[in-house]
Amino acid sequence: MADPTDPHAPNVEPSNDRRLSLVGDWTLIAQRQLEAKAQQIVDRGKLAQALTLDLGGVTRLDTAGAWLINRARRQLAEAGVNVEINRARAEYLTLLNETSYRDFGPKSRPRPLLTLDLIADLGESVVIGCNEFYRGVSFLGEFAATLVRVVVAPSRFRLTSLVYHMETMGLRSAPIIMLINFLVGGIVAQQGIFQLQRFGASSYAVNLIGILVLRELGVLLTAIMVAGRSGSAITAEIGSMKMREEIDALSVMGLSTGEVLILPRILALVLSLPILTFIADMSALAGGMLTSWTYGGISPVAFLSLLKGAIALRTFLVGEIKAPFMALVIGLIATMDGFATRGSAESLGRQVTASVVKSIFMVIVLDGLFAIFFASIEY
Amino acid sequence: MTTPSPFPTSTNPAEDRESIISVRDLVVGFGDKLVMNGLDLDVYRGEVLGFVGGSGQGKSVLMRAILGLTPARGGSIRIFGEDRDNLPLDRRRLLEQRCGVLFQNGALFSGLTVKQNIQMPMRETRDLSPRLMDELAMLKIELVGLRPDAADKFPSELSGGMVKRAALARALALDPELVFLDEPTSGLDPIGAADFDELIATLQHTLGLTVFMVTHDLDSLFSICDRVAALGDGKVIAAGPLRELIESSHPWLRSYFHGVRGSRLTAGVAARGDA
Ligand SMILES: Nc1ncnc2c1ncn2[C@@H]1O[C@H](COP(=O)(O)OP(=O)(O)OP(=O)(O)O)[C@@H](O)[C@H]1O
Ligand SMILES: [Mg+2]
Repeated sequence: MADPTDPHAPNVEPSNDRRLSLVGDWTLIAQRQLEAKAQQIVDRGKLAQALTLDLGGVTRLDTAGAWLINRARRQLAEAGVNVEINRARAEYLTLLNETSYRDFGPKSRPRPLLTLDLIADLGESVVIGCNEFYRGVSFLGEFAATLVRVVVAPSRFRLTSLVYHMETMGLRSAPIIMLINFLVGGIVAQQGIFQLQRFGASSYAVNLIGILVLRELGVLLTAIMVAGRSGSAITAEIGSMKMREEIDALSVMGLSTGEVLILPRILALVLSLPILTFIADMSALAGGMLTSWTYGGISPVAFLSLLKGAIALRTFLVGEIKAPFMALVIGLIATMDGFATRGSAESLGRQVTASVVKSIFMVIVLDGLFAIFFASIEY
Repeated sequence: MTTPSPFPTSTNPAEDRESIISVRDLVVGFGDKLVMNGLDLDVYRGEVLGFVGGSGQGKSVLMRAILGLTPARGGSIRIFGEDRDNLPLDRRRLLEQRCGVLFQNGALFSGLTVKQNIQMPMRETRDLSPRLMDELAMLKIELVGLRPDAADKFPSELSGGMVKRAALARALALDPELVFLDEPTSGLDPIGAADFDELIATLQHTLGLTVFMVTHDLDSLFSICDRVAALGDGKVIAAGPLRELIESSHPWLRSYFHGVRGSRLTAGVAARGDA
């Protein structure tokens, strides 16, 4: 855009050593060229004692141009050069008056030392981590209190809302959960058969699939999927409600955010996740059965009878017991992070990311704790 | 969407002024509800056009349609004599840079401070030294009547009126030729609103700004608008100097200007006109 051959380009033409003529468009379009020309005024003006700026040739002037001319005037005045404006149109004079030079104070704070920054960041994140834990515990307490209030006065319970959330978070995530579990079941079966073939024990792949899927994989994959799909949605919903003061509006109406927003969502998760886990288990077993049949030559009838020998009801229950706890963790983290959203869109994005990462992490940690627990009670 | 317009830039030969925005036969709708139904409008270079209409009549929708944010179902819109929808992308961007927009809700970037919001258009479209960008942003902040300490605040930390001012400063960041203002003075105190009117008048006078201003503020209409257009039932029901609209016999205009609030101000205008 700053084309030097442009006839409209701003320029400074010395008429004599006491008079400079400004010509062309003194507007922001000229970008750095405009700044350079303003600097020229200062450089040339410094040589004279008094200077006249002839604005007769200026075809356009905007606030940026006027500001730069004013800044040049100020710099010259500081160098002891008296500057006079000549032949300027009336509106340019008004504009020059409006944009008279003023000092806006220090530009930016000096940056502290980098190492100090690093240490401060480290300390800050530790404190934030502790705060987060504290908030989590108090949030859990609040949730429990709300739950008790609703149990005591069941008329305050929002059944419609619960059903709605069970539909969006439970029912609508069933297809994708079925699909991924079906695929994973198939993959586990294929790998199991392939590896165990070498020992001539490929039929043990059925044990592998049955136990692994029912105890661990089904619930874990489902919880991770739900954390990514519904946890993020909860955080984003509550976060944007927070940003637009909708939460404040709720509380001044005398409604409890716990009852209106938190309880239905978390309960919906707690009720949906076990059902989804069951669906996931069945899909994974179906995937495993199909692969065993096509790849391992184990017919469905044989698969089922082998499976019967390999698992018991408790294998299934071990997985199912974990589901509501994982749902609770996902729901608590998601709502809590939603409420922690500040005013900006970036903060919302940060909270959604944090919510998903944290809940997936916590789901895996919880799974590990359960594994230790079940191992020690030999269940 | 819009077919290439069959008519020349100057639609009315009697009108020798250059038309910066020219809208013909515009149809905009949501679902089966038509908000604009065959709307015609001209905004001429260097004028401040006040745009009035009942709440929910579609003033904001018209502004969005002119800006190309809401698709039109029919008709044509020309800005600076060009049909934006049929321009190549780079020409279109240049055209858009000549416009500044103040949205009804401010639409400041929530993740940036006021100063960064104002610098955003400069930073993205112009190559300037950081010092000049800083100074220009602070200058704009002062021009719109914000205190310098607002510069480093985030939009969520501003009052409603401050949001309006900051958004105006951002709309003016590139010294655009054409400015769209959607209810700029709502949420400002009377003194602030008067300052605002004065600022627009100064800018119009010094920069030759063309302003398309949606407003319910009768004071602004009286003090700075060269022409006023009124929207009703998806059409411009009247457009012209304020006096013409005040004297119009259209029922909505009558109740607008001669209602409890309007009559207080129109009486003053009539008195001034007679003198
Ligand atoms: N995205 C949308 N979808 C459906 N309808 C819409 C949409 N945007 C606006 N409308 C409808 O178009 C009509 C005009 O809305 P608009 O916001 O333009 O009103 P307005 O004249 O600016 O009112 P106000 O003075 O209150 O700002 C309203 O009836 C509104 O409900
Ligand atoms: Mg509106």
